Amino acid sequence: MRIIKYNEAISEATVEAMTRDPSIFLTGHAAAYPSGLFGTTARAAETFPGRVFDCPSMENAFAGIAVGAAAMGKRPVFVLPRADFMFLAFDNLLNLACKWHYMYDGNAGRVPIVIRAAVGKGWGQGATHSQCPHAPLAHFPGLTVALPSTPADAKGLLLNAYTNNHPVIFFEHRSLFGTEGEVPEQMDPIPFGKARIAREGTDLTIVATSLMTLEATIAADELAKQGISIEVIDPRTVRPLDEETILASVAKTGRLIVADCSWEMCGFSSEVAGLIAEKGFHSLKAPVRRIALANCPAPVSLPLETAFYPKASTLAQAALRLLNKDEQDLAGIDRVDYFKGPY
Amino acid sequence: MITPEQHIRLYKEMLRIRCAEAALAERYKQQEMRTPTHFGLGQEAVPVGVCAALTKEDVAYSHHRSHNHYLAKGGSVYRLAAELFGRKTGCSGGRGGSVHLTDRESGFIASSAILAECVAMATGSALSFAMDASDRIAVAFFGDAVAEEGAFYECLGYAALKKLPVLFVCENNGYATESPLSIRQPEGASIHGRVASFQIPTRNIDGNDVAEVYLTALEVVDEMRRKPGPVFMECRTYRWLEHVGPFFDHELKRTYRTKEEVEEWMAHCPVKRHGAYLLENGHATGEQLSTWETETRKSIEDDIERAYQDPWPDVQTLMDKVY
Ligand SMILES: Cc1ncc(C[n+]2csc(CCOP(=O)(O)OP(=O)(O)O)c2C)c(N)n1
Repeated sequence: MRIIKYNEAISEATVEAMTRDPSIFLTGHAAAYPSGLFGTTARAAETFPGRVFDCPSMENAFAGIAVGAAAMGKRPVFVLPRADFMFLAFDNLLNLACKWHYMYDGNAGRVPIVIRAAVGKGWGQGATHSQCPHAPLAHFPGLTVALPSTPADAKGLLLNAYTNNHPVIFFEHRSLFGTEGEVPEQMDPIPFGKARIAREGTDLTIVATSLMTLEATIAADELAKQGISIEVIDPRTVRPLDEETILASVAKTGRLIVADCSWEMCGFSSEVAGLIAEKGFHSLKAPVRRIALANCPAPVSLPLETAFYPKASTLAQAALRLLNKDEQDLAGIDRVDYFKGPY
Repeated sequence: MITPEQHIRLYKEMLRIRCAEAALAERYKQQEMRTPTHFGLGQEAVPVGVCAALTKEDVAYSHHRSHNHYLAKGGSVYRLAAELFGRKTGCSGGRGGSVHLTDRESGFIASSAILAECVAMATGSALSFAMDASDRIAVAFFGDAVAEEGAFYECLGYAALKKLPVLFVCENNGYATESPLSIRQPEGASIHGRVASFQIPTRNIDGNDVAEVYLTALEVVDEMRRKPGPVFMECRTYRWLEHVGPFFDHELKRTYRTKEEVEEWMAHCPVKRHGAYLLENGHATGEQLSTWETETRKSIEDDIERAYQDPWPDVQTLMDKVY
């Protein structure tokens, strides 16, 4: 099958959707430039110059402008080069967009908004350019929150987002833009709330979001060499959450690690741990383990930043412990980070 | 009136910042400063001219392109370099990186990476000064994109309403990353024009002329101390290097602006320009200028090397200061 990059898959989904639906428009800071959101908007900008345009730095107001445009039948796509800038948009997003359909009893029309945001990581992106607020957003009824980890998922989920009738937040990981994967020429939208089993296994389940799915797969590959069988589940959307697939997997393996690309406290890893405590308790052979960012803001300095992020070896080590096996030196399995900055 | 000594001081300070940024940008290419960095080359006159009109008790805040402001307010090249290398001795312990600098001792409270935060912080410090009936002033340094954020206008309204001693200094360099001002503000509009409608006194000046910046700042600071209230300065200037990183845009084949445009602005270099002024007016000789430059470069190289040799923070300190 055809192999393309994550950012190419996103670009392709965008052009396809815009070709089919003239109501889609895309904007955001420098969106209409070759560099726009890591090259994911360039082809759309060339193809649809009237519908891809630059936007001043006005995240707060634009989320509300998007609501108003959507209420008139447009499908605004708002892109942010870092998810951290979305904090400014929370009012219109959380007090308006995500409540719209319910609060007006469906009588005020629909607001199909897509907000696409890149999650930074590494090379000292630092405390304010590296956050992934999927958990706080997923807290709010009315939002769909997607975090694709492969090119195919990125394309399929985005195709769905572009035709969905409600607000969708779409997190694209900086470390994934250059990764490759199989993507069919013709692709159907991927439904929200349907997890992907990235790897089947029987001894332990790792539920992992975004980049952590890649790390979990590396850990699983390594442990497979030792006869340990790990199942890796990528929920793909954290709201709605595919509880069924997670519960079925834990029923099979009896052991669960949740690996998330944000913090533990009130985070996604805690949500899944809660799910298992409530609905999967009797399947458990060991306590649930949450693997997330260190409980501090992201530091810049290299040794601190290295310690801050969990990686494949962190997951493999945790899996060994849950399986009562001896710890090993697994640092060698970690990906070499080719990202050379600056942004 | 600016005395010859003051002219020389302004020149030397710009030279220090120019040489520091140039040396840091060069060193940055070796990939050992792992922190997204927005160099301020070409924009030295505004921070130097404004900070020269302030006292140590006055405070300053800045945005992502913050090295110039940190240095001009009194921050050290050594601790800046250490911050960029991620060393323990950095001004933020290596934790904050290029966009999160601080030097409280000199009154540079903080730079931060999210647009318009610096404007709100400076307004808040001015509120504190006003409540204490102190004659201190808070300054916010930022770029033209901040004038697009809602918080900017909220602060203007509040500072005007409460007569807060906050000096808003906008370095209008015509671009926000790759986006020219022409597609971010309507034709015929100006940032200072919008600000004036808040009943805030505004100045619109050549931000590459350090003498003009200094004289303007002296005048408005004096005004503000006598009669508290916000003032807005728009200073026209230009960024030489790429938005983030150490290269010229044309070196990376970016097309959002031309090499010719950059070169034209480089010909209006604020440092060279003031050097020429010193020569023309007999305030300095060519020989002095070149000695100063040699000495400055040398001391900066020493600072950078010393910072480089400094230790990393201990990994055990990762969780320190979390509260
Ligand atoms: C709230 C917010 N939105 C977007 C960004 C991304 N961003 C960083 S710098 C920048 C452009 C800033 O331009 P300007 O204010 O003119 O300053 P300059 O970089 O030209 O010095 C943008 C959009 C940000 N840091 N914060």
